[in-house]
Order: sequence, then structure tokens, then C-alpha cells
Amino acid sequence: MTPAKDKELSDLMRAVLAGDDSGYAQLLNDIACVVRAIAQRKIGPGAGLEPEDIVQETLLAIHLKRHTWRPDQPIGPWIYAIARYKIIDAYRRRGRRIELDISDFADTLAEQEKEIVMARDIQRALDCLSDGQRQVVSAISVDGASISDTAKRLGMKETAVRVSLHRGLAAIAAKFGKLD
Amino acid sequence: MRTEDLITALAADASVKKAGLDQVWSVALFGGVAIAGLVFLVGIGPRPDFLAAVQTIRFDFKFVLTLSLAISAFAVLRKTAVPGARIGLPLLLIAPALGLLAVIAELIVLPTNAWAMAAIGKNALYCLTLIPLISIAPVIALTSGLRRGAPTNPTLSGALAGLTAGAIGATLYAAHCTDDSPLFVMIWYPIAVAAVTAAGAVLGRVFARW
Repeated sequence: MTPAKDKELSDLMRAVLAGDDSGYAQLLNDIACVVRAIAQRKIGPGAGLEPEDIVQETLLAIHLKRHTWRPDQPIGPWIYAIARYKIIDAYRRRGRRIELDISDFADTLAEQEKEIVMARDIQRALDCLSDGQRQVVSAISVDGASISDTAKRLGMKETAVRVSLHRGLAAIAAKFGKLD
Repeated sequence: MRTEDLITALAADASVKKAGLDQVWSVALFGGVAIAGLVFLVGIGPRPDFLAAVQTIRFDFKFVLTLSLAISAFAVLRKTAVPGARIGLPLLLIAPALGLLAVIAELIVLPTNAWAMAAIGKNALYCLTLIPLISIAPVIALTSGLRRGAPTNPTLSGALAGLTAGAIGATLYAAHCTDDSPLFVMIWYPIAVAAVTAAGAVLGRVFARW
């Protein structure tokens, strides 16, 4: 990651942590590109792993652990360390070990092209959620509904939708570790 | 699910605010120390001659050792909860180095025939059981703190939580224990703290994954 790119992403994350989440989707998209390039390079075809699963799992982890980033530090090493942890963890779940040198991660150029890969793990994790949480997470993610639309559609209060969404996402992240 | 869809969901969830790690660690440390202090006061309390003991250098140095270990282990623990942070493991050498210097000084000061008695002491079994007992609350509190962080090596982080908790337990126990010789402190305390460290490593491995 170039220093300029790091600064751009750091600025976005600082804004998010300060309560301005208007640039959050953009930030996550940029991070997805960075992580996708790493995952595609680190995961060979014979590994039985789908790089896009790693991308999604890393994005979830980054989202749920965003408060652990120190705003006075560059964000690149933090992203690489989380991606590395998630790749190693994915191999571990499949009963294999992998040694990854963190210094390789920084050299990887972000993948620019848009890919439409249907990742399997998150779908299976989504299927494991309670009905209420699954409906909320699907409405917002797959259907692209807003919080208030979802609240109307499901006859819930907006705060309840927010809580369901957050718990659903946390549950998906927790489920990842148990899927094989 | 497509990654774009996931990002849509994550962006919709951005308004949920979480406590920063500094706050998490303050709560975990304060809670752990408070309960450990309570266990200490209710269970064993300070030794009867505490005020006289404070005047002696051997007694006071026990706290230099246990507190320097607690502070350095806690500092390293906090680093390991942040992905990509420089950890600074050499900090952990401060307390053992101080302890070794104290042992050398004690060996010079004490006559040879007093070494064995100073090392074996009177309370070794208490030391081995009470330090881990007092450390239970801190190790649980610090491991729960760890769950709010993002340790990329959960076993190592758990061990550091155990080391910090063990050092907190040792600090409190030191106020009760009447064996003050560095020869005693550098044999029995480390065994007790190592047991808590090992327990912390297991707890971290199981509970601090994310």
C-alpha cells in the first residue's frame, strides 16, 4: 500500500470512528480490493479455499474490530495483520498449517477489477441464523433495503432492526470459525 | 452472498459504537484487581507485622519485582490485542533481570549455610496455592478484555493475560507472605505465576479467537 493510499484509507476510517460513516462503504470496498489481491495470491487453486470467502471474512472482522485500530498509526499494517490471521485461520480450520510472511502483504497491489464471486461460507453462516436475524441481514444486504424500509417491511422498530443486524453480523463472524 | 451485498450490510451497521480498547482494558484491569483485592482481604489479609515489614528492603523489593512484572506484562498484553502492532517482548525481561540481581546480592550477603533455609522458607505451599487462587478473577477479567480486542496470536495473548494476572496475585500475596528472601521469591513465586500463565494460554486459545 502506498503512503498516499494508506493516508486516504486512514482518513476514511478516522471519520468513521468519529461518527461520520458516509465514506464507510467506499472504505470497505477499497479494503476488499486490497484483501482480494492478497487472498488470490496466497491461496493456491488446490487449497480447497475460496479467496472471496477470505475477503468477506476479513471484511467482517475489520468491521467488528474497527475500534482496535489506533488512529495515530498507519492502517495498512493493521489490515494486513487481520487478513493474515484470517487466512491462517481458514487453513487451520481445514486442518492445515501455512506460514505467511507479513512483509509480502505490503507489496501486493490492489486488485482493481470487480469480481462477482458468490462466496459460500457466509451464505452457510447466514442460513444458520435465527429467522429474525436472517430476514434483517438478507433484506439489508441482498435486497439493499435501508434500515427504515426493513423496519416497515418486517413490522419492527428501527432500533430493533439495528440490533438484529448487528447481532446477525456478529453471529455470522462467530459461525465462520465453526464451519468446515 | 456477494461481497458488495456484505459491504452494504456492514455499512448499515456502522452506527453501532464500541468502546475503545483503552476503556476495555481499564475496566478489565480495575475489575480484576478489585475482586482479587477483595479475595485477598477476606481470605488471608496482610501479615500481622505489615507496618514493620515495610521498613525492610527485602519485603519492599518483592513488590518491585511483582509490580514491574505486572506492568510490563500488561503493556505487552495490550499491544498483542492490536493487529500489526509492534509487541516489544523484551520488556518482559525487566522483572526477571531485577530478580536475578537480587538473588546475586542475597547470595553475597547471606552466609552459605543460610541459603537453603532462605530458599525453602516456611510458606512455599501457601505461595503455590494462594497466588493462583487470587489470580483467578484477574485472569478471567483480562481474558474477557482480550475478547474485545483482536489478538492475532490468541495463545500468546492469553499467556500474557495469565502472566499479568499471576503478577497481580503475587503482588497481593507478597503482602501476606513472611518469606522475604529473594532466594524464596525467585523460586516459588515464578512457579505459581507460571501456572497462571499456562492457564491463561489455554483460556486465550479457546476464548480469544475471533
